Amino acid sequence: MKAYTYKEKKDTRSGFGSGLLELGHKNPDVVGLCADLTGSLKMNDFQDEFPDRFFQIGIAEANMMGVAAGLATGGKIPYTGTFANFSTGRVYDQIRQSIAYSHKNVKICASHAGITLGEDGATHQILEDIGMMRMLPNMTVIVPCDYNQTRAATLAIADHRGPVYLRFGRPKVPNFTAPDQDFIIGKAVVMNQGSDVSIFATGHLVWEAVEAGQALASKGISAEIINIHTIKPLDENQVIQSVRKTACAVTAEEHQVYGGLGDAISQTVARHQPVPVELVGVNDRFGESGKPDELMKKFGLSSDNIVDAALRAIGRKHA
Amino acid sequence: MTDTGKLKKIATQVRRDILRMVFEARSWHPGGPLGATELLTALYFRVLKHDPRNFTMEGEGEDLFFLSNGHLSAGWYSVLARSGYFSTEELSTFRRIDSRLQGHPATEEGLPGVRVASGSLGQGLSVACGAALAKKLNGDDRLIYCLMGDGEQQEGQVWEAAMFAAGRKIDNLIGIIDYNGQQIDGAVNDVMPLGDLKAKWEAFGWRVLEMEGNNMEAVLDGLEQARSLCMKEEPVMILMHTEMGYGVDFMMGTHEWHGKPPNEEQFERAISNFEETLGDY
Repeated sequence: MKAYTYKEKKDTRSGFGSGLLELGHKNPDVVGLCADLTGSLKMNDFQDEFPDRFFQIGIAEANMMGVAAGLATGGKIPYTGTFANFSTGRVYDQIRQSIAYSHKNVKICASHAGITLGEDGATHQILEDIGMMRMLPNMTVIVPCDYNQTRAATLAIADHRGPVYLRFGRPKVPNFTAPDQDFIIGKAVVMNQGSDVSIFATGHLVWEAVEAGQALASKGISAEIINIHTIKPLDENQVIQSVRKTACAVTAEEHQVYGGLGDAISQTVARHQPVPVELVGVNDRFGESGKPDELMKKFGLSSDNIVDAALRAIGRKHA
Repeated sequence: MTDTGKLKKIATQVRRDILRMVFEARSWHPGGPLGATELLTALYFRVLKHDPRNFTMEGEGEDLFFLSNGHLSAGWYSVLARSGYFSTEELSTFRRIDSRLQGHPATEEGLPGVRVASGSLGQGLSVACGAALAKKLNGDDRLIYCLMGDGEQQEGQVWEAAMFAAGRKIDNLIGIIDYNGQQIDGAVNDVMPLGDLKAKWEAFGWRVLEMEGNNMEAVLDGLEQARSLCMKEEPVMILMHTEMGYGVDFMMGTHEWHGKPPNEEQFERAISNFEETLGDY
């Protein structure tokens, strides 16, 4: 079993900011748009370096999505930045008509997703965004797991022609994937091979899944840990191949169990290789104020919860 | 350059097209496009610098037009076809299955001339702002035009775009409001009064012109004046006063024909107002 370690914790949004700055140098068509959250999205460096290619929109997210669609029409590659809540639900119809249906090459970059936004509470802690974006035809949905992967994803989506939803978060979390990784959209990453249970995790939950894998190993259980950084298009082959071997699955995400990764995996498994699936996620409730790690515990999104879910899934195999 | 007499003939044919398309589809909005026919004709056959037979999404070196009030699709499709973006025969597929001429304009089926889907109101001006910024980034000095409805002014996003365009000095942009005073549920002033629309746009920092929209000479003059005001650090808005259903006696002066097709008898009566000038599709 491969052991994962990290030297430091870093926020995924800073991975986005770093990737965007590099992209600015590499690709003159990349432009940035932000709705009054430049510092929160870590877009300052891009703004300072490329002032002519950065557009401060103000607190007007609907307009931002339309302006991005127009810039894309003129051949630009717009990266919009605001919180995940204001990147999706607030502007769903604008994204649907002007971007997704219109095939616009817009990258919707969404920070502060999920309950780890923390103390601000449920108004800002969106837990439905993956579902909303996944339902849109033409939309690619990416949820990287740490700083390095968010940076790699930010660079990779510039080379993909079409609308993308890129979701990341606020808190500092373990930075454990390789800095020079090759980010392939739609290609799941097998973190550890295993034979007793498949654990599919996305975003901040990938690290929790890795830790759960170690805890399970100490109980003599071999868990296959798979990082689903691209939720749409889902790497169905990898999912099917894994559950064919393990015969049960766990999904883990910082999102409602409705609409997100759990739904995506369940659909694929039900269609192609029916096995028991246990879903670790938020169960049909809103978030609340608190420290990120307190909330992850309270909402049942820690490695312990993944371990419990894995044991339940394994127990259902021969039930 | 198409002379004004010829433009009027084209406009007459466009109105025939609108009535035939809406009648044959047995549904849709005839009133709006009939009111905006002079504008659409003037743009596509005189004002726009464009290349209908070599359509590209980016439209580099071309003037671009965005139709925000997508329910005027019948009129737009007619001028697109007749100016050469696609065959006029295709107009007969309007709103039918497997057609590129969707009820509301879309890019999904690859219809030349359309650069963004529209119909869910209030979004077009934002897109036009982005397209105008792209022109500036690309060093392209052509202009962006965007038509909106007056009822559409009730959408909040319009005012986000209004603020943005003025705040960012987007001066290669001409907005046009089809000010016919009617929307689906009735007179705009009854459904939700717009107040002093001119003062509102001026307060947002736009240069505002008024124009008689059902008079070809007035439309050409108004568009010329608007163009002369571009590149002066202000976006330009034209309040275009039109009559919904213009040219069809029984369709004017009411909101009734905003979203309703004529029956056969009404269609015959309506189309008799317009002679066939360029040949029906």
